[in-house]
Amino acid sequence: MRKDAARAGATAERIAALDLPKGGFTAPARAAALSRLREMGLPGRRDEYWRFTDPAPLNAATAPEAALFTGVVEPQLFGSRDRIVLTFVDGRFDAAQSSPDFAVAGLEISRLAEADRADLHWAQGLYGLLEAAGQTPVARPFAALNTAAATDGVLIRATGKVSRPVHLVYVHADTGSDAVLHHCVRVEAGAELTLLETGPAAARFNKVMEVDVADGGRFHHVRAQGRDHSRRAITHIFARLGAEALFKSFTLTANGVLTRNEAVITLSGAGAIAHVAGAALGDGASGPFLHDDTVFVTHEAEGCESRQVFKKVLRNGAIGVFQGKILVRQGAQKTDGYQISQSLLLDEDSQFLAKPELEIYADDVKCSHGSTTGAIDETALFYLRSRGVPREEAQSLLVLSFLADAIAEIEDEGLQAEIVERLENWLARRRKG
Amino acid sequence: MSLDTDQVLEVREGVDRETVETVQNMGAYKYGWNTEIEMEYAPLGVNEDIVRLISAKNGEPEWMTDWRLQAFRRWQAMEEPRWAMLHYPEIDYQSQYYYARPKSMDEKPKSLDEVDPKLLATYEKLGIPLKEQMILAGVEGADGVPSEGRKVAVDAVFDSVSVGTTFKEELKKAGVIFCSISEAIREYPDLVKQYLGSVVPQSDNFFATLNSAVFSDGSFVYIPPNTRCPMELSTYFRINAENTGQFERTLIIADKGSYVSYLEGCTAPKRDVAQLHAAVVEIVILEDAEVKYSTVQNWFPGDEEGKGGIYNFVTKRADCRGDRAKVMWTQVETGSAITWKYPSCILRGEASQGEFYSIAIANNMQQADTGTKMVHLGKNSRSRIVSKGISAGKAQNTYRGLVSMHPKAKNSRNYTQCDSLLIGDKCGAHTVPYIEVKNNSSRVEHEATTSKVDDDQLFYCRSRGMDEEEAVALVVNGFCREVLQALPMEFAMEAQSLVAISLEGSVG
Repeated sequence: MRKDAARAGATAERIAALDLPKGGFTAPARAAALSRLREMGLPGRRDEYWRFTDPAPLNAATAPEAALFTGVVEPQLFGSRDRIVLTFVDGRFDAAQSSPDFAVAGLEISRLAEADRADLHWAQGLYGLLEAAGQTPVARPFAALNTAAATDGVLIRATGKVSRPVHLVYVHADTGSDAVLHHCVRVEAGAELTLLETGPAAARFNKVMEVDVADGGRFHHVRAQGRDHSRRAITHIFARLGAEALFKSFTLTANGVLTRNEAVITLSGAGAIAHVAGAALGDGASGPFLHDDTVFVTHEAEGCESRQVFKKVLRNGAIGVFQGKILVRQGAQKTDGYQISQSLLLDEDSQFLAKPELEIYADDVKCSHGSTTGAIDETALFYLRSRGVPREEAQSLLVLSFLADAIAEIEDEGLQAEIVERLENWLARRRKG
Repeated sequence: MSLDTDQVLEVREGVDRETVETVQNMGAYKYGWNTEIEMEYAPLGVNEDIVRLISAKNGEPEWMTDWRLQAFRRWQAMEEPRWAMLHYPEIDYQSQYYYARPKSMDEKPKSLDEVDPKLLATYEKLGIPLKEQMILAGVEGADGVPSEGRKVAVDAVFDSVSVGTTFKEELKKAGVIFCSISEAIREYPDLVKQYLGSVVPQSDNFFATLNSAVFSDGSFVYIPPNTRCPMELSTYFRINAENTGQFERTLIIADKGSYVSYLEGCTAPKRDVAQLHAAVVEIVILEDAEVKYSTVQNWFPGDEEGKGGIYNFVTKRADCRGDRAKVMWTQVETGSAITWKYPSCILRGEASQGEFYSIAIANNMQQADTGTKMVHLGKNSRSRIVSKGISAGKAQNTYRGLVSMHPKAKNSRNYTQCDSLLIGDKCGAHTVPYIEVKNNSSRVEHEATTSKVDDDQLFYCRSRGMDEEEAVALVVNGFCREVLQALPMEFAMEAQSLVAISLEGSVG
């Protein structure tokens, strides 16, 4: 009882500190999300879903300070591509750093903050819908908080094959910023869209993206979470897939005190395919590092395929967390579900904590999961060194080959190459340092 | 119990008929009869007076009574755990008996000859004759039985009391103590005091705490240093009385360099009302000692509507305290309406070793949430988990396990494999492993699958001319047999006849 009271108190305090926007078309969804949040309360360390990750910094009424990144400035990732750019600085839209117009055939883009002044919008049926559905069987209070409190975001609707990717650039400029963004993506039947996301966003960043892929639609998502050492982020992707729809998401994470990426994916149409992958690099030398991938894939329809591929490379006390689940509902026969979570611990101090789960209620399925943890393969290292490769370089090569399976989940080879280049640079800098 | 045979059960390709039939036939619960015998009960429910009464009935010293009362007070403040994937109605802890013993046991029989013939007949019928015979019934002439025969000492627990223990004298000659725990508390208080609650603390969890307060009997084993126990030891638990919970406590101590193989079996009559079974097993293993603990759990599973059956909430834990200590848990879980059981290994000693082999079968409305914990604390410790779960009917079968590598457990190793097989589309099979690795010289591998067998082995078989299905059947069969063979021979026979299942269908 006392615990419940404390939780309700902390939740009330957190809500009181929010500057809740008065939405137009989102108003009912925001109100519902707020009452959801009040009911479930903020998470605590004793909650099963948070046993490996302490939510305290995310619970705090004001965002903990985060120093700005002062390291090597690299050119903008994906910067050389023909793309549509929307830039958010500490969660605020920056027109000067964005594309002058978003006109591309088969694409409608509007900003949540602007669209939400209207009573009607195509996203009305989507905003908060998938988030609300994703609250069972596991509560995700920060997602409800987001739906209630999001100050801006992007509403993207693809009605055909969109030729240019949409690129959301997040910039962190204020040490005390607390950004809450909520994006809605609707890929109509047979349409195709590529969405790119880069940058650290804010001192504390709460982001929700709801992705609704209609029958035969294709959605590609490549994200690089920035290099700010002291930022904290909680992100959610809620996706719903129609028949024969495709969803592919890859995330690269480097640095960050605390990053929790949740993906909640429901395959509700027959023959849908969902792949979620992540590569995380954590070096505790420049500050604590905790990276948490929490994935929940639900198979509702027959003949769907899901893959989860998560790799982490950890050193100097870095902590990696993986909580992944494949839920196969009764009737979702011919399901092909796969999940792999692997960690490479480069020294004695790093940790990997994992809970890879299967919950299966259909008999004609092929589901498997694997999880491995260990040090770098000394035999492989020896082989490379015997061929004249210096130790540090050999180690980098092995790290890259370890991450390769996750990167291979990016369909576009050009994007793959850019991610690999970033990884190589990151490793090279660590070698020098 | 058995599924209606007219009912056409949808089975996917690859599940062989024999597997389906065996699982269905498991429904025919052979041990559902009860023994008409005059019983003496403690008053209904549990309170401090009941705890004192149980202690008094066992003729316990004051320290033991206090220990129980302390546990009971703690239990009152505890909440029943609800994290397992188990759904059952609220248990009313005050509506059952915590102590029941046959009237004829009023005067403790001095030898087996004095035991009530009705009780002896009960065990005879269960295939566990309480005679100092050479081998257990049913395995005569079986392969692998040495010509001079094998001996198994049995401690038989009937409801709340131990009825008798066989081969006591012969074991005594070897220095082995094998008796009921109530006797051990009276006869060997120093050993009990030193080790009781040292592996599973008094208030470890809700059910273990209740057990600490009200355990009525159980077995006690002490193997002296450098002694190989001359025969297998076994405890057979029988719940007979209605509305009665069974709370036994087993304590096994393997001193330096010793070895023992211990077997546990259990059955209960068919009853409409669910009955509670909350046991605690503690095993202490010192330097270079080895303990094998095997269970064939065949409590009454309830009827096909889920009425009745045993609610089995068991805490089992082995503490490998010494270097190179070794423990092996093998379990065949086929009974119980509810199974909540996680035999665990604390690998404290350097190069200590823990193994867990499990076959869990759930049919009809049965629910099983079972697995193991491997806690690696010592350097170079090793553990291996092999779990096979089979679900049929409307059953739910969950593997739940923990592998934890502490920072100091350098160069340790774990390998986990969990396979699930579903028969029919109304059941569920779930896997909930926790993996916590806190050093990098250790390797942890976890694999859970319903489809994958080792590709190299498959390739080998195929290169010898087998077709894929044959190859798969061979590989998977071989693997399952390995689990069954981890059981001592007597149990392997029982388990095989109980399971007799090929896991061919686990490849789809």
